[in-house]
Amino acid sequence: MIKLNNIHKSYEMGNNSLHVLKGIDLTIEQGDFVSIMGSSGSGKSTLLNILGMLDNYDKGTYHLAGNLIANMSEKKAAQYRNDMVGFVFQSFNLISFKNAMENVALPLYYKGVPRKKRNQIALEYLEKLGLKEWASHMPNEMSGGQKQRVAIARALISQPKIILADEPTGALDTATSYEVMDILKEINEAGITVIIVTHEHDIAAMTRQIIRLKDGQIHEIIRNGELKQFQKEYVKELETV
Amino acid sequence: MFDIDIWQEILATIKKNKMRTFLTGFSVAWGIFMLMILLGSGNGLSNGVAANFMNDAVNAMWIWNGETTIAYEGMKTGRPIRFQNQDQEIVSKVSGVGVSSGRYFMGNTRYSYGKESGEYTTITCQPALKDVENLILNEGRFVNQIDIIQNRKVVVIGTDIKTALFKDSTALGEYVNINMVPFKVVGICSEPGSTRNRNAYMPLSTAQMIFNGSNKIHNLALTINASTLEESQAIEEQIRTALGKQHKFDPKDEGAIGLYNKLENYIQTMKIFQAIKIFIWIIGVGTLIAGIVGVSNIMLIVVKERTKEIGIRKAIGASPSSVVGLILLESILITTIAGYIGLVLGTGLMEMVNYFMVQSAGPATDQSETIFLNPTVDINIAIYSTLLLIVAGAVAGYIPAKRAASIKPIVALRDE
Repeated sequence: MIKLNNIHKSYEMGNNSLHVLKGIDLTIEQGDFVSIMGSSGSGKSTLLNILGMLDNYDKGTYHLAGNLIANMSEKKAAQYRNDMVGFVFQSFNLISFKNAMENVALPLYYKGVPRKKRNQIALEYLEKLGLKEWASHMPNEMSGGQKQRVAIARALISQPKIILADEPTGALDTATSYEVMDILKEINEAGITVIIVTHEHDIAAMTRQIIRLKDGQIHEIIRNGELKQFQKEYVKELETV
Repeated sequence: MFDIDIWQEILATIKKNKMRTFLTGFSVAWGIFMLMILLGSGNGLSNGVAANFMNDAVNAMWIWNGETTIAYEGMKTGRPIRFQNQDQEIVSKVSGVGVSSGRYFMGNTRYSYGKESGEYTTITCQPALKDVENLILNEGRFVNQIDIIQNRKVVVIGTDIKTALFKDSTALGEYVNINMVPFKVVGICSEPGSTRNRNAYMPLSTAQMIFNGSNKIHNLALTINASTLEESQAIEEQIRTALGKQHKFDPKDEGAIGLYNKLENYIQTMKIFQAIKIFIWIIGVGTLIAGIVGVSNIMLIVVKERTKEIGIRKAIGASPSSVVGLILLESILITTIAGYIGLVLGTGLMEMVNYFMVQSAGPATDQSETIFLNPTVDINIAIYSTLLLIVAGAVAGYIPAKRAASIKPIVALRDE
């Protein structure tokens, strides 16, 4: 599904060049539930942005569903994003002057679905996430958890292959975070690849694979079976803190 | 890619951002509104003054006799100059002179018809006077060449004389007694821009014969064909020289003959109006530029304000062109509607001013002196300036929209 080969990325900061990703090799299969962890500055958000075609990379190759993602025109990238990827952000990124239903329906606008049809589909998705009564509310009338659920509905409406979530629980309290993670788990069980970036161990522990980044390189990959081990380590870490 | 969905999306955006929409629209509407008022007032002023000049032919010239003030060929000053019939021929031969007419004043003359009578001014003339003074013939005809040749006893009376003597009955073909001599009424006329039409016109030759004028004339009225001040002054010079030769006075002698050159006056006044018009245009263009800058500013802010929204839209699959289209169409829609509103309000106000002026002037509108006439703007200018604003708004929106649409969505999303 996703195949990264020796990906490098650096940012120009004035005269300095900041080398963020220093050769990432990574394969993620269809249906995986992956979390990317790492301290701040380790390049986890950058990696996610490259995966989501929100940003480009300097060196290496990135294949998404068999297509090489490199030097694409903006138009082509937009089309790929629309077809393949759904985004969930830490700060929700809902359009403030559109109500919940319109926000959810927006990806379908760019797919060319007629207004009535897409609003109807948007309502279905809102219902799935238990927000049907909130369809006509504006984002600023909703709680963080509700906003994130609207954002998830928006990510799902275009029936993507991958959901990319950048700190989806970063702005939420623990209970709401777990609700959101449950939703993401359900989505994953429906066969959609879910990749989240997080720095919270308990959130990461809910996924089936953890990729730890350190200084722009993959430090370790913890797979399904080793998760229990990871949880133990996490408890230890907590104790030492 | 025209489809109803784009417009729904735009209308939804406009509806949710009323203040922004209002500000953009207001600066456009105000620019056009002010431009319309400025240009309308300028046009009104210049139309009004031009109309006043049109009361006589703009290229009219009047020459009257005087006394010499410069000694010439051994003759002392103070010698009166007297015009005779041949002077008209001399003047008419000067190149650049159009039509000309000699005039002989009779002083007050008594007109009577039946029991009615009154004293009116009689102007004796040749057919050309009608063109010099732009006389309006309400009925019948003016003095013609045959009248002159045959010394016919015919008269063209002003409307006031007709009303006074004939009341409602027909005057044409009737005979009026002028200083006890019967004259046939052949025409009824009025003067443009005058509320008093108490002049009567009779053939010069007839008057000279009947009222003992021999071959004397008192002044000359003529038109000249000149388009510039210099040309008209050259003609003036030639006329002075020709008459000076005939009557033996120095052509530079301003006192020997009096001369009023209406064209000179007209050209000078029109020059002033040209200057005023240029001034108004400068202010108008300034207003327009202020409007354009206003629109540009607001569009820059709009794009800045919407950077994050653009990032979101791009993240969920908007192509750069659809983002640019969204912003541009919104700006064009707002400026078009606002420009149209400004256009309608501006021209509407000027039309209203025009309407009330016509109303207050009453039925005498075309007879009275006015300095403000038809203060309206050429509709093409109005439309072009609106289009200019729309294009300016589009360009002003396009550049930042294009930039915003081409930045990476991740950068746009980071923008707070």
